[in-house]
Amino acid sequence: MSKLLEVIDMSISFKMYEKGFRQSYTQVINNLCIKVSRGEILAIVGSSGSGKSLLAHGILGLLPNNATMTGKILYEGKGLTEKRIEELRGKKIALVPQSVTYLDPLMRIAKQVRGNVKNEERIRKQKESFRRYDLCENSEKLFPYQLSGGMARRALICTAEQEDVDLIIADEPTPGLDIELAMKTLRYFRELADKGKGVLLITHDIDLALNVADNIAVFYAGTTVEITPVSDFLKGEEGLRHPYTKALFNAMPQNGFKAVKGYQPYYKDLPKGCLYSPRCTIAKEECSKSKIPMRQLRGGMVRCIYAT
Amino acid sequence: MVSKIIKKILRLISLELAVCITVFVLITLSPIDPVQSYVGAGVAVSPEQRENIAEYWGLNSSLEDRFLSWGKSILKGDFGTSLIYRRPVISVIYEKFASSIALMGTAWILSSLIGYSLGIIMGVNQDKPLDRIIKSICILLSSTPTFWVGLLVLIVFSVNLGWFPIGLSVPSGILSSEVRLIDKIYHMILPALTLSLTSFAAVALHTREKVITVLESDYVLFAKARGESQMEIIQGHLIRNTIIPTITMQFASFSELFGGSVLVEQVFSYPGLGQAAVQAGLRSDIPLLLGIAIFSALFVFLGNFIADLVYGLVDPKIKEI
Repeated sequence: MSKLLEVIDMSISFKMYEKGFRQSYTQVINNLCIKVSRGEILAIVGSSGSGKSLLAHGILGLLPNNATMTGKILYEGKGLTEKRIEELRGKKIALVPQSVTYLDPLMRIAKQVRGNVKNEERIRKQKESFRRYDLCENSEKLFPYQLSGGMARRALICTAEQEDVDLIIADEPTPGLDIELAMKTLRYFRELADKGKGVLLITHDIDLALNVADNIAVFYAGTTVEITPVSDFLKGEEGLRHPYTKALFNAMPQNGFKAVKGYQPYYKDLPKGCLYSPRCTIAKEECSKSKIPMRQLRGGMVRCIYAT
Repeated sequence: MVSKIIKKILRLISLELAVCITVFVLITLSPIDPVQSYVGAGVAVSPEQRENIAEYWGLNSSLEDRFLSWGKSILKGDFGTSLIYRRPVISVIYEKFASSIALMGTAWILSSLIGYSLGIIMGVNQDKPLDRIIKSICILLSSTPTFWVGLLVLIVFSVNLGWFPIGLSVPSGILSSEVRLIDKIYHMILPALTLSLTSFAAVALHTREKVITVLESDYVLFAKARGESQMEIIQGHLIRNTIIPTITMQFASFSELFGGSVLVEQVFSYPGLGQAAVQAGLRSDIPLLLGIAIFSALFVFLGNFIADLVYGLVDPKIKEI
């Protein structure tokens, strides 16, 4: 499996104004590392506010003007410069956005799915996608506000099928879909991956992710704490590496529904060392001293010095 | 749609009724003496003759009776006779309106086109030097009084440069049958320019805000993510999403247009409805003043009505409800 996308040490910070004209920089994504290979689905799971969508926008070079991104993004082994991402966007890398607000409110849905390419081939492709996602012919002429939440989401997924892309970044593609259609969507991503494409699946639905993904990256407070093969996640606590992932596993309804005390820290007052240390049960003094690097462990990666 | 129009017509009737009552009562309360303004200044009239005139016009009856008898003739289409022009009010208004509508229409189209284009240019170049320069000009213009701009334009283009006539809507000293269309257009350029100069700034600034909102929207972000270029985004999404508010705003601004034309026509001695309104007020021409009040209310109402209709026709979200 050749590497398609590699994000190394990505940090995103926002310039903000505090009281008057004093500028401050707030870091919302910290030293994030992920990689997606051809044929792989990497699911990114994490609670809301952990920076999942920002990661997607960051890769696509679509961050707002007051954001600064550091770190490296490699696409097919080469640095992803601003110029290069502009050429790749929509052609080789597709985004499946998360809500109906990503559709132009005044454009008919079929035209919108086709995008700015106008030819017979594209119309055929669009009709094919609509059929696959149970969007009837009548819905072609509808405007986004006339779609139900599920239809809008299916239309958004259709947009990703219009070009022959290599990497799909799906930002929460399943909420609002019934379980059957959600599974259908994910199976479709699986098919694409099996054909040699890479899929970055951003979601908070761990169960669904476990069904189709190959690897799972766990997000906490804007960073990856663990990247693990799905098989290890299914093994439960013994298979997993990071205390947060273990806690996440135990918090799932079928695994005891146990919550850990405390909250994900607000991005403005992050702890100095390990971001999870204030809530961690095995944390020692060292954990709060300095940043913890990602390290290889048992075929996965973890950001914890005590993980075994 | 039909019920909407019926509702609008009912609203128009109630509006006109309110306008009629208000202007009628206001004029009754004003110090204008209808007998004096009828006989004109300088003519010696004895008190008995005055009394006879007042009796003849029914001025001694109660306010309600006077309003009702006026209202009845208005409903029949009889607006009375203008004291200044010595012609039926309705024909005066028709003539003045015809020359005003050309002026206002030209200014309106100019300010729409210039305002919208500048708005797009500013919004797309948000906070860049180009945006800052145009924005400053717009703010300056929108805070400048219309009559002052008119005077300035006159001084520069008519007096100093001598490019345009200094006033009126046709050349003076020739028969009206000899006036060519080109003369009329030539006389209209400066007033129309002045009128649009003071109104395009509002459109431009409004469009700029709308453009910025659209450019920051999720759907533009997604369009970028799908590889659409800036030009494609402007053509495909930006214009589509900003043109309706601008059109609506332009139709809804008929009142400002009319207000501006009163001042501009005064400065340029342009014989339109605005100037007639000023004259009617200054020279106590009550029938004409009342008639103009009724018609200008109708004019402004029509603007708002069209704004509503256009919105309904162009915006799918409203059309199908």
